[in-house]
Amino acid sequence: MSMEINDLNNLQLDVLREIGNIGAGNAATALAKMLNKKVDMDVPKIKVMEFKDISDALNGAETLVVGVLLSVTGDITGNMMFILEYNAAHILVNILMGRPLDLQEDFNEIDLSALKEVGNILSGSYLSALASLTGLRILPSVPDIAVDMAGAILSVPAIEFGKVGDNVLYIETEFSEGSTKVVGDFVLIPDLESYETLLKALGVVS
Amino acid sequence: MENIIKVGMADLQTSCHPTILTTLGLGSCVGVALYDPVTKVSGLAHIMLPSSLQARNNSNIAKFADTAVTKLLEDMIKLGARRESISAKLAGGAQMFAFNQSTDLMRIGQRNVAASKEKLAELKIPILAEDTGGNYGRTIELYSNDGKLLIKTIGHGVKQI
Repeated sequence: MSMEINDLNNLQLDVLREIGNIGAGNAATALAKMLNKKVDMDVPKIKVMEFKDISDALNGAETLVVGVLLSVTGDITGNMMFILEYNAAHILVNILMGRPLDLQEDFNEIDLSALKEVGNILSGSYLSALASLTGLRILPSVPDIAVDMAGAILSVPAIEFGKVGDNVLYIETEFSEGSTKVVGDFVLIPDLESYETLLKALGVVS
Repeated sequence: MENIIKVGMADLQTSCHPTILTTLGLGSCVGVALYDPVTKVSGLAHIMLPSSLQARNNSNIAKFADTAVTKLLEDMIKLGARRESISAKLAGGAQMFAFNQSTDLMRIGQRNVAASKEKLAELKIPILAEDTGGNYGRTIELYSNDGKLLIKTIGHGVKQI
């Protein structure tokens, strides 16, 4: 019997949340190395939501956001997207580049490349936590980045989801460096069969 | 005062004059706007995928080009629109990410546009104008008084078709 994401029970969500925490821990370490500063990360929220509601979670479909998209291959296939609000992305780039935090210039090529790398590290950390816990082979692709309306960017993974169901797994992550907090969101989009593979490997479904 | 009716992702709405039908942040999805200038009945669909036949879960008919266009037309006729005077405008179908152009996911914008056009041709609804493709998102507004379609973007200007 095939399994839909909205069929996930609390235990299964807890498992995914815990993987989120471990992944965030890995990501914080990687980011701290990159910044040469202490970075803390939390996974405050993990939820299953209808894709039409994701853009509301990001303050509306027209909100300007930065999205980093990776595709996933190996034992599971699908997509992973890391989304930052435009202002949060600016703060992050400013931290990375050692610039004043409130600076807001258009992103240049290097900024975009840095953001892409952050998305890559964070998504990669989540996926490697998932891989080591499940023993599955999970290979992320080279990331790609887009800066545009939340709705437009989210349409890409939403469409992938739309083929199979109407719900996505949404992980909100908060990272802080000193007193500066930046909130970013992950949207994990395994293909339908991959959800089962994943939950079976985690031992939460038989 | 005109009513503004929002059309969500994988959603469709029809209305009588005076209204503005809008859908926000179209990316690879396609907005199909139908309008009858005689009765001023308008309809807008936010389509995500080309075909309901290729999907495992096809219960939402507004999601697919083949089923959404037909439903939109039917709903407009129920509101009094005259089938023979209805025409269409299209917007959206962008490719938001540059990589992996060969995969289906990345060409989905183009495929959505093609499927919508095919369905419109089959139903013999003329396409008056389109603003499709590119690599940027669009917010669109369909005005019931004259059927104009306003297209707003971030960094790529505002236009009217």
